[in-house]
Amino acid sequence: MTVLAQQLVLGLLIGSLYGLAAAGLSLVFGVLKVLNVAHGELIMLGGYGAFWAVALLGMDPFAALALVVPAALVLGAVLFLGLFGFVMRADEETRIKNSLLIGFGLALALHALAVQLWTADERSIPTPYGGAVITVAGLSLPVVRLLTLALAFALIGALHLLLAHWRWGQAIRAAAEDWQAALLTGIDVRRAYLLAFAMGTALAGAAGTLVTIGYSISPSIGLEWTLKALIVVVLAGLGSMLGTFTGGLALGVAEAVSAAAFGGPYREVVGLVIFVVVLLVRPRGLFGR
Amino acid sequence: MSGRGGRSETRWAAAILAGFAVLALVPLAAPRDDVLNFLLVILLSITLAESWNIVAGYAGQVNLGHAAFFGIGALVARTLWIDGTPIAAATAAGALLATLSALVIGVAAFRLRGAYFAIGTLALGEISRTTVGNVLAEISTLPTATISTYRLTHRYYVALGLAAVSVAVVAALARSRLGLGMEAVREDEEAAEASGVGALRLKLTALALSAALAGLAGGLFAYYHISYYPSHPFSPHWTFDAVLMTFIGGVGTLHGPVLGAVLYVVLKEYLAVRWVDFHLLIFGALFVAIVLVLPGGLVQAAARLRGAWRR
Repeated sequence: MTVLAQQLVLGLLIGSLYGLAAAGLSLVFGVLKVLNVAHGELIMLGGYGAFWAVALLGMDPFAALALVVPAALVLGAVLFLGLFGFVMRADEETRIKNSLLIGFGLALALHALAVQLWTADERSIPTPYGGAVITVAGLSLPVVRLLTLALAFALIGALHLLLAHWRWGQAIRAAAEDWQAALLTGIDVRRAYLLAFAMGTALAGAAGTLVTIGYSISPSIGLEWTLKALIVVVLAGLGSMLGTFTGGLALGVAEAVSAAAFGGPYREVVGLVIFVVVLLVRPRGLFGR
Repeated sequence: MSGRGGRSETRWAAAILAGFAVLALVPLAAPRDDVLNFLLVILLSITLAESWNIVAGYAGQVNLGHAAFFGIGALVARTLWIDGTPIAAATAAGALLATLSALVIGVAAFRLRGAYFAIGTLALGEISRTTVGNVLAEISTLPTATISTYRLTHRYYVALGLAAVSVAVVAALARSRLGLGMEAVREDEEAAEASGVGALRLKLTALALSAALAGLAGGLFAYYHISYYPSHPFSPHWTFDAVLMTFIGGVGTLHGPVLGAVLYVVLKEYLAVRWVDFHLLIFGALFVAIVLVLPGGLVQAAARLRGAWRR
C-alpha cells in the first residue's frame, strides 16, 4: 500500500510538470489555432538553457528561471515573426495543418542542433540540496521535486492572473474568443497573437528548466514531451489554465497507477491510449471549451 | 501538387524504371559491399517514401503512424522466416497483416480530420512501438546457418524489385479513377462527397495500399538486417524520414519522393562521416521552408525554373 501511495505521490510531482508543459501548448493552440508540435523541443531547449546557466555562469538552478524565461520569450517572438506568423492568414483547418508541418520540421532541426551543441547524452543539474528528502507518514518526498511542483503551480497561477487582469491578457482572450470582433473593438490582434506565442514559449522554457532540475534531459526528449502536453490538452480542454494544471496532475497519477498495475515500461502507453480514446469519442470538438 | 491527369506520371515512371534497369546491372560489375548497401538503402527509402506518398500525397491524409505498418511487416516476416517459412511467403504474410491492420485502424482513425488525424496516428504509432518494445525486449539475430549463406546481392534485388513495384503502383494509381477520386478527397472532402465520391472508402483504400507497400518494405528490412531490436522498425524515425523525403521532393507527385529519397540518403551518408544527425538540421530547415514558400517541393521548384526559362 505504501508502495502504491509513494508511486502516486511521485506521479503527482511529475504531473505538475506535465501541466506546466501543456499550459504553453494550450495557450498557443487556444489563441492562435496553431498546433506547435515542436513544443517539446522548446522545452528541451529551455532545459539546456538552464543547464548552461548553471554550468557556465554558476547560477543557482532555480534562479536560472530568471534567465531562461526572458530568453524563451524572445525566442518565441522570433519564431512567431519568422515562421508561425505566416500561417495566420489561412483558414482555421489549413492553419492547424500547416503549423503542424512547420512544427514538425522545426522539431527535427532543433533536435539535430541540440545533438551538435550538447551531444546525445542525458544531462541533469546537480543541486546543492539535491538528495534531500522529507518523510511524511512513511512517504519520502524529494525536496527538489516538491520545489518544482510549487514553482509550476506558481507559474500557472501567475499566468492565470495575467490572462484575467492584465490589459494584454484580456486582449489575448478576446482574440481567442473571436478575432474579428476583437479587431473591431480596436485590439491589435496580431500583437496579441505574438504575445501569446511568446508566452507559450516562455512557459516551455520554464517547464524545461524544472524538468532538468528535477529529472533529466537529452536532445531526444522533445517528442515525448510534446505528446505529454497534447495528452493533457486533450484531457483538460482549452480555456482554463488551472484546468490544464489539474489535467497534468491527473496524467501523472494515471501513469503511476498503470505502472503499478502493468509494470514500469507501460507507463508511457496509458496516456497515449487515453489520448486516442478521447480523440475518437470527440473527433471534432475535441479541443473545445 | 500535380493532379493533372496521369500522363506526365507515366513518362516519369518509365524513366525511373529505366534507371532501375540500369541499377540491376550493378551487381554484375561485382562492386564493393558498401556500394550495394548504399544503393539498397536508397531503394528501401524510395519504397517507404512512395508508400507514404499514396496516403498523404494523393489522398491528403498526413499519417504520422506510418512506421507501425513498416514494423508489422518486419515483425511478421522476421518471425515466420526464422521459423522456417520461405522469405517470400513470410514477407507476403507481413504485408497482408499490415494491410488488415490499416483497414482496422483506418475505420477508427478516419473519424479524425486533418491535423487531428496526424496527431492521432502519431499516438497510435507510439503505442505500437512501446508495446512491441516491452513484449519483445530481446534483440533479434539471425541463426548462424542463415548468416553463413547470407548474400547481399539477393537483398539488393529484392530492394530493387520493391522500389519498382512501388513506383509502378503509384503510376497506375495516378492514371486511374481511384487516384482521381483520392485527389478529389484531398482537395475538398465535402465537395467530393457531394459529387458522389465515397470519401471514407477511398481513404481506406489509400491507407491499405500504403500499408501494404510499407509492410513489404518491412519484410525487406527483416530480410536485410542481421540483428536489430524488434521495436526498431516501429520507431517514429521511419515515418519522419518518409515525410521529409516526400515533402522535399514533392508530395503528391510520382517522381518527387524518388528525388527526395536519393537526396536525403546521399546527404545523410555524406554528412554522417563528420556529424551525427546533421542532415536532419538541413532537411528540417528545408522542410519548413518548403511548407512556407514552396508546397510542391523541389519538383515544383524545377517546374517554375523551367517556366521562367521558356519565357
